Amino acid sequence: MNADFTAEELAFEGEVREFLSSEFPSEYRNKADANIRLSKDELVNWQKILYRKGWAAPNWPQEYGGTGWSATQNYIFATEMGLIGAPEPVPFGMKMVAPVIMAYGSDEQKQRFLPDILESNVWWCQGYSEPNAGSDLASLKMSAVRDGDDYIVNGSKTWNTLGQYADWIFCLVRTDNSVKKQEGISFLLIDMHSAGVSLKPIYLLDGYPEVNEIFFDEVRVPAKNLIGEENKGWTYAKLLLTHERTNISGVPRGKRRLRALKQIASDTDDGFGSNMMGSSMFKNKLAEAEIELQALEYVELRTLAALSVGKAPGPESSILKIVGTELAQKMDELFVELAAYNCLPFLPEQFEDGFQGNSVGPGTAASSALVYFNNRKLSIFGGSNEIQRNIISKAVLGL
Amino acid sequence: MDFSYTQEQKMLQESVQKFVQKSYDFDTRNKIMASERGYSEENWQLFAELGWLTVTFSEADGGLGGSAVDLILMMDEFGKAMLVEPFIPTTVLGGGLISALGSAQQKAEFIPQIMEGRLQLACAYAEPSSRYNPGSVATTAKVDGDSVTIDGIKIAVLNGSNANKLLVVARESGARTDREGISVFMVDADAPGVSIQAFTNIDGKMSAQVSFEAVEVTVAARLGVAGGAIGALETVIDRATVAVCAEATGALEAMLQKTVEYSKVRKQFGTPIGTFQALQHRMVDMFIECQMARSIIIRAAMKLDSSDDEIEKARVVSAAKSRLGKAIRKVSQEAIQIHGGIGMTDELDVGHLFKCVTALAMMFGNIDYHTARFAEL
Repeated sequence: MNADFTAEELAFEGEVREFLSSEFPSEYRNKADANIRLSKDELVNWQKILYRKGWAAPNWPQEYGGTGWSATQNYIFATEMGLIGAPEPVPFGMKMVAPVIMAYGSDEQKQRFLPDILESNVWWCQGYSEPNAGSDLASLKMSAVRDGDDYIVNGSKTWNTLGQYADWIFCLVRTDNSVKKQEGISFLLIDMHSAGVSLKPIYLLDGYPEVNEIFFDEVRVPAKNLIGEENKGWTYAKLLLTHERTNISGVPRGKRRLRALKQIASDTDDGFGSNMMGSSMFKNKLAEAEIELQALEYVELRTLAALSVGKAPGPESSILKIVGTELAQKMDELFVELAAYNCLPFLPEQFEDGFQGNSVGPGTAASSALVYFNNRKLSIFGGSNEIQRNIISKAVLGL
Repeated sequence: MDFSYTQEQKMLQESVQKFVQKSYDFDTRNKIMASERGYSEENWQLFAELGWLTVTFSEADGGLGGSAVDLILMMDEFGKAMLVEPFIPTTVLGGGLISALGSAQQKAEFIPQIMEGRLQLACAYAEPSSRYNPGSVATTAKVDGDSVTIDGIKIAVLNGSNANKLLVVARESGARTDREGISVFMVDADAPGVSIQAFTNIDGKMSAQVSFEAVEVTVAARLGVAGGAIGALETVIDRATVAVCAEATGALEAMLQKTVEYSKVRKQFGTPIGTFQALQHRMVDMFIECQMARSIIIRAAMKLDSSDDEIEKARVVSAAKSRLGKAIRKVSQEAIQIHGGIGMTDELDVGHLFKCVTALAMMFGNIDYHTARFAEL
């Protein structure tokens, strides 16, 4: 048993590190350190830098322009990206719809959509959840009725992340009401600029409209935008959910945040003439987080080792989602503890791009509560942690 | 043994309940928060008419008696409604300091104004490096004959932007964390050298960062003896701590109630999510936390009203705040999780309750601060 990288893998790690340190714009890095969101243009620009290097799509097969990396190389790449705070590719195109198109799309659909995803020319968003179909996704109602060469689409989607930037949306729609709910669902690609599509921002607790409700009113969608067969959408969607659950442990980001916590603790007065790193109560909590991170990293490495010998990511990947998100939320609490009164003022605009006012509090302190609020989503989205526990309960423990 | 409220207390409670039910729904609160002052002056005048602004003052000062039990039963209702009016800064902190430290003349001048709703106060004690320790004071007060010059920066000054007068905690002598040498001065909010940066806090209440640059007052603006304010300051902050504990208890019970109700109507997989045992047990745990919180805060209030032992009083307060911190974390996080995505939105009250209790959890000291204080006292 060993967890060492081979000489080739170490050389690859060096190459990735060198590339990121010279090519990830320092301006973006500073923003990541200051908890400021990158703009759409910046995210696209970074993705295009990766594209020019040939590294835009680590999870794609080589024939479509992927890197052809091993599972270990993918892991190394994701780790190095996370450690310096480089954003991962916006997942909706690259990691969600693309694998579905590759697996079930026609040749024409592959040619039409995949190159633009790879080059980040087109921004995709996700149309899964509906107001009454969250954890119970299969009960979705948005309807698509065939009319000649088109579908007529009516209904709404919610919790749509960053749809305000999107050109296209992939949707699960109901095409048959007469069968078992999973059997009447189809997978449809819809141009966001179509007549009848409208979008209502949903402001979250941190004051940012990160998600939207999207309404479809008599939207005409060419039938050639249907992926695979009608009423087989649920099968395709399940493939997508498996991909969504890889690289979700957030270990690299966790390491980066732990480093930040230690730095901030050393810089934060305890009110009694020492600093917060001198507080044994706080130091113990940092230690607990670090230990949890170490265990999680090895859960991930063991999953990875299974993947490298050709096993599919199994239901065990739910562990990564549960522990990874709950640990990230624990770290959010620690940032809030350090910030103390400095995170009381509600100043979302201070963490928007181009803020010109007087900054409040040292460093990122004033954003700590905002991040704490926003990250409550981690245990809710992408299959809530309750659903993940159901998966382990059924598929692993056989209960 | 009797844990029931007296007739007077029941009347006070009903009066507050009636007000928040009739005049303080979620939409009204949002409108008040968006208004220029960030609280309703009309409500404030009503509070004065209803006698609520007299509750924290002793009978000798012309008040209702200053019982901690009275205070927590009001704060409990305020917490459920997420009231943003500056009750704690003006009456508990500001009024409390004047009452504890002020001369007969100062009390006679200011306390009636507070009770009549004519004076808004703010207590400027916390500093960028003081964290939760009221005895850490870097702001200086240099006395020269009759005049005093104040320099320093204060943060988290609740009601700072609406106060007529600021009660400024400043150091006349000693090193930053010495207990001796700390005084409180009453400074006009519009005095030259005072700059006030106003914010709305995450819980919707108005707050400010205030800087004092060569602000001149006379020694007559001092409350109490020179350099001897720390004991009274701690007692008053402890009283305010009990108030926020009660406020949080009310908010937590509101979150529990809303979560249970939601779980009965939100259907997934063809059944209300409240029928899932995995969620039922978690809501039971939320209920247990609420009961623990309510019990320890009642304990604290009763001891404050009955004990003469200052150490014991400080310990019951820290015990309550430490335990509340745990309850806040558990109940508020579960409430959002069980609501799911909808709980994350600005549109629903449960998310605002979550933000309120997050602020209350750190106000006047978080779990670690109060656990350590409890251990050391």
